[in-house]
Amino acid sequence: MPDARTQSAGLPNGGHSPLVLENARIVDPSRDLDATGTVIITEGRIAGAGPETMGQGVPDGAEVIDCAGCAVIPGLVDMRVFVGEPGAEHRETLQTASLAAAAGGVTTMVTMPDTDPVIDDPALVDFILRRARDTAHVRIHPMAALTKDLAGEELSEFGLLKDAGAVAFTQGRRSLRSAQVMRNALTYARDFDALIAHHPADADLTSAGVMNEGEVATRLGLPGIPREAETIVLDRDLQLAALTGGRYHAALVSCAASVDAIGRAKSDGADVTAAAAITNLSLNDNDIGPYRTFFKLSPPLRAEDDRLALVRGLADGIIDVVVSAHDPQDVEGKRQPFAEAADGAVGLDTLLAVGLRLVHEETLPLTRLIDAMSTRPAALLGLEAGTLAAGAPADLAIVDLQRPWVVSEDLLHSRSHNTAFEGARLTGKVIRTIVAGRTVYQYD
Amino acid sequence: MSTVPTFSRRHLLGIEGLSALEIESLLDLAEAEIGVSRQIEKKKAVLRGRTQINLFFEASTRTQSSFELAGKRLGADVMNMSVGISSVKKGETLVDTAMTLNAMRPDILVVRHHAAGAAELLAQKVECSVINAGDGAHEHPTQALLDALTIRRHKGRLQGLTVAICGDVRHSRVARSNILLLQVMGAEVRVVAPSTLMPARIDRLGVEAFTDMRQGLAGADVVMMLRLQRERMAAAYVPSVREYFRFHGLDTEKLAFAKPDAIIMHPGPMNRGVEIDPLIADGARSVIREQVEMGVAVRMALLEALARNLPNA
Repeated sequence: MPDARTQSAGLPNGGHSPLVLENARIVDPSRDLDATGTVIITEGRIAGAGPETMGQGVPDGAEVIDCAGCAVIPGLVDMRVFVGEPGAEHRETLQTASLAAAAGGVTTMVTMPDTDPVIDDPALVDFILRRARDTAHVRIHPMAALTKDLAGEELSEFGLLKDAGAVAFTQGRRSLRSAQVMRNALTYARDFDALIAHHPADADLTSAGVMNEGEVATRLGLPGIPREAETIVLDRDLQLAALTGGRYHAALVSCAASVDAIGRAKSDGADVTAAAAITNLSLNDNDIGPYRTFFKLSPPLRAEDDRLALVRGLADGIIDVVVSAHDPQDVEGKRQPFAEAADGAVGLDTLLAVGLRLVHEETLPLTRLIDAMSTRPAALLGLEAGTLAAGAPADLAIVDLQRPWVVSEDLLHSRSHNTAFEGARLTGKVIRTIVAGRTVYQYD
Repeated sequence: MSTVPTFSRRHLLGIEGLSALEIESLLDLAEAEIGVSRQIEKKKAVLRGRTQINLFFEASTRTQSSFELAGKRLGADVMNMSVGISSVKKGETLVDTAMTLNAMRPDILVVRHHAAGAAELLAQKVECSVINAGDGAHEHPTQALLDALTIRRHKGRLQGLTVAICGDVRHSRVARSNILLLQVMGAEVRVVAPSTLMPARIDRLGVEAFTDMRQGLAGADVVMMLRLQRERMAAAYVPSVREYFRFHGLDTEKLAFAKPDAIIMHPGPMNRGVEIDPLIADGARSVIREQVEMGVAVRMALLEALARNLPNA
């Protein structure tokens, strides 16, 4: 596998001089740690992070940062990021996405293969990794297409793609129609210990609607997408995962019934995991209001009881991972009547801060949030990330958990501005983001 | 009867949010406009010098000509723009079209579009008054107003009446606007449809839902039929015309469950033999043709009310 560790584009300030973060609240779910201490970084790696490193002295030439009042967390690992490179660079490049990531405390982003061309060939995986190395400010790992050209018919070359650096296999925005192809994918994936990340959505039920089915849709005169569009395919996938023993990850779930289904599958011993988008965890279909297309998402924003069930599932660990589902869309795609507008919202910049809402309202412990945004996805993907343990790469974020800010377009770093949180008042701001010991973002 | 309306909005994008007083003032003004249309000299000057553009992204002979006549009878310069599939194919978006038209400085834009929320989107982008002439399955406010006027002329009131709206409620903007308007005015609204054509959680709109016509029509003062489009068969909502007519078409036998003096309405264009028996459509209790006349009156009233709020008016 190519080494993606030294790909930082190299903003000023840092290099590989040692760094010491003092008086920090260190939150490291990988070690079940939430305590005041010191983080020492040398040669781009963590030399130590915890109460035990306090008063150990400072390495020669180290920059010392006083982190009093701030938390230091392992950098976030965002498992679902759409970019426009290659093919739609006007929406987002790897570089612009990585700037948004850095600003949001995301030190590793996993890109989706829905580009033009589709990432279904080892040479294209290599292209992404090289572009990432040359232009991006955070680490980038691509997911490759599960089927050739995402057509849902022929399997892509799991072995060759994995060797090239693909961390998982997915249909991206699409969903596999064929149960037979899914069965074979899960079966074949076992030979390579490959992870299948799939967005469960019945193509027919989904394409018949444009938002959550229910009262709001009826009032707006918009066709609805029933929850069963998700649960029918999810149930199928979970059964196939049990049948084949393949590693299955539900890339996005949105409904209460999905949380129940995944909980059951897990207690039956299946090797399955699930993620929810931060939008589905924090908004509901009422937020669409008067046809606001920035709230047109896939899966759609559901009802409040679904949102609450997702949050409970996240707290219980049934929902393993939280993703931004960052999906940049241009003005043209969103400035349309609701039914005709493109799906998706950008979210790298705001992922952590929106997640902190759940912490501040005391529905979720901070360690579980960071686990779901960093430690857990890193483990699922087999990445050396999501931890502040000694020896790990120094990928981390310094966060002022109490700093209030208001989301506005000009604060966002993504090339597209389709945020679902315009004007949102958030509490908690990333102050500094460090990748491989180098500062890639600093708030001023 | 007052001719000074309490309606003082810039746009009419839907019935939602209108008060009973606003609706009543429009209906009262419409009563007066009926007289204008029945004179030999069918002209008023309240829109003299004003430009009204009818922007129709969906073909509609009835609504478009009704708006055109209404504007002309009030003295406006009326331009009809039918934006067919072709210019949509050229890649011009709704907003592009709106901005282009806005640059021509119209005073009133009447818009019909196949997407819900289209009128709302346009209203955000242009400086003139916008009238929603139907947006997807969302609203068709002037249809609800003309229906209300027709009912009021026959029943003398709206308050306390039982109105049954029957047919493809799921895809109907007429149904939504009527439900909203009739409820504000104190009528009891029922919807009757096969379950496949009933919108999700329709009960949350405060209506009573029926799948059986006989039960839905029992004791109704007004029976409002909706058009069933043939595409619904292809999309597996209903199996066939003959089955639909048998269970959901208005025939003498089912109508017998309504009050003896119940009136029959239809927004048109009708599918005789699909949702309605021709004998009833053209029978003594049908007020369908009168609805068309009231359509012009209501649209004149609306244009006149909006004109009073235009800049420099």
